[in-house]
Amino acid sequence: MSGRRSRISEEEINELISKLQILLPDNYHHRHRGSSRASAATLLKETCNYIKSLHKEVSELSGQLSELMAATDFNGAQAEVLQSIFRS
Amino acid sequence: MYRRSFKDTKSSLGSPNPNFSKPMVALRFLRALSLVRCSGPGARSPSYRARGIRRAAYACMAASAGPRRAWSRALLRKIRRRPGRGLRRPRAVIRRRRPVGGGDPLEVALRRLVPGGGCMEYCRLLEEAADYVKCLAMQVRLMQTIVDSASHVNSID
Repeated sequence: MSGRRSRISEEEINELISKLQILLPDNYHHRHRGSSRASAATLLKETCNYIKSLHKEVSELSGQLSELMAATDFNGAQAEVLQSIFRS
Repeated sequence: MYRRSFKDTKSSLGSPNPNFSKPMVALRFLRALSLVRCSGPGARSPSYRARGIRRAAYACMAASAGPRRAWSRALLRKIRRRPGRGLRRPRAVIRRRRPVGGGDPLEVALRRLVPGGGCMEYCRLLEEAADYVKCLAMQVRLMQTIVDSASHVNSID
C-alpha cells in the first residue's frame, strides 16, 4: 500500500534507524568512519548481514557444544561454567 | 490488533526486561542442556544433538525475552509447533495476516530474518529487529563463554 509510510514520519524512522546503528558491532562501521550516520539502506543491509552471521554462529556453537558435551562430564563442569559466566 | 503510538514505541525500546540478563538466560540454557542425553540408552547422533541444542538456545532466548516482544512470541510458536505432536485444535485467533507488500527488497529480507516480521508495520519492524539483534548477540556471547570454559575444563583433566 502506497500510503503506509506517510502515517509514520521520516523523522521517527530515522531515529529508530540510528538506534539500530548503535547496536551493530564496530567492524560493520569501517566504511563510514567519516560520516556519523550511514544511509538507511546501508544500515538495513548491514543489519541483515549481521543477523545472518549471528544465526550462523549459533549453529556453529551448537555443534561445538554438542561435541563437548559428549567428550566431557558436563554436569561436573557446570560449577566452573557458571563461575565464568558470572565473571564475564 | 491495537495500534501502538510512536510514543509507546520509543519508551519500550529503551526499557530493559528484568528477566533478560545474562545470568538468567544462562541458568535457563544450562538447565535445558542438562536434559540432553549424551551417552547410554537414548543417546543420539551428534548432529541430532546439535540441532536440539540450537533449538534450546532459541527457545531459552525467546522465553527470557518474555511475551512482550513479537519476535519472542513468534519464535516460541515456531519451536513449540513440532510436527506430529497431537491434533491441532482449531483456535479462534484473530491474527493480522495481511502480508505487507514488499517494495524494498532490503525490507523484505529483514522481515524474513526477524521472527514474526511478516505482518508488522515498518516502524515496529525496526524496533523488533533492534531488540532481536541485542538478544541474539547476548545468546552468542553466552554460548561462546560456555564453550570456552567447558573446553578449558576438558583440557586440564
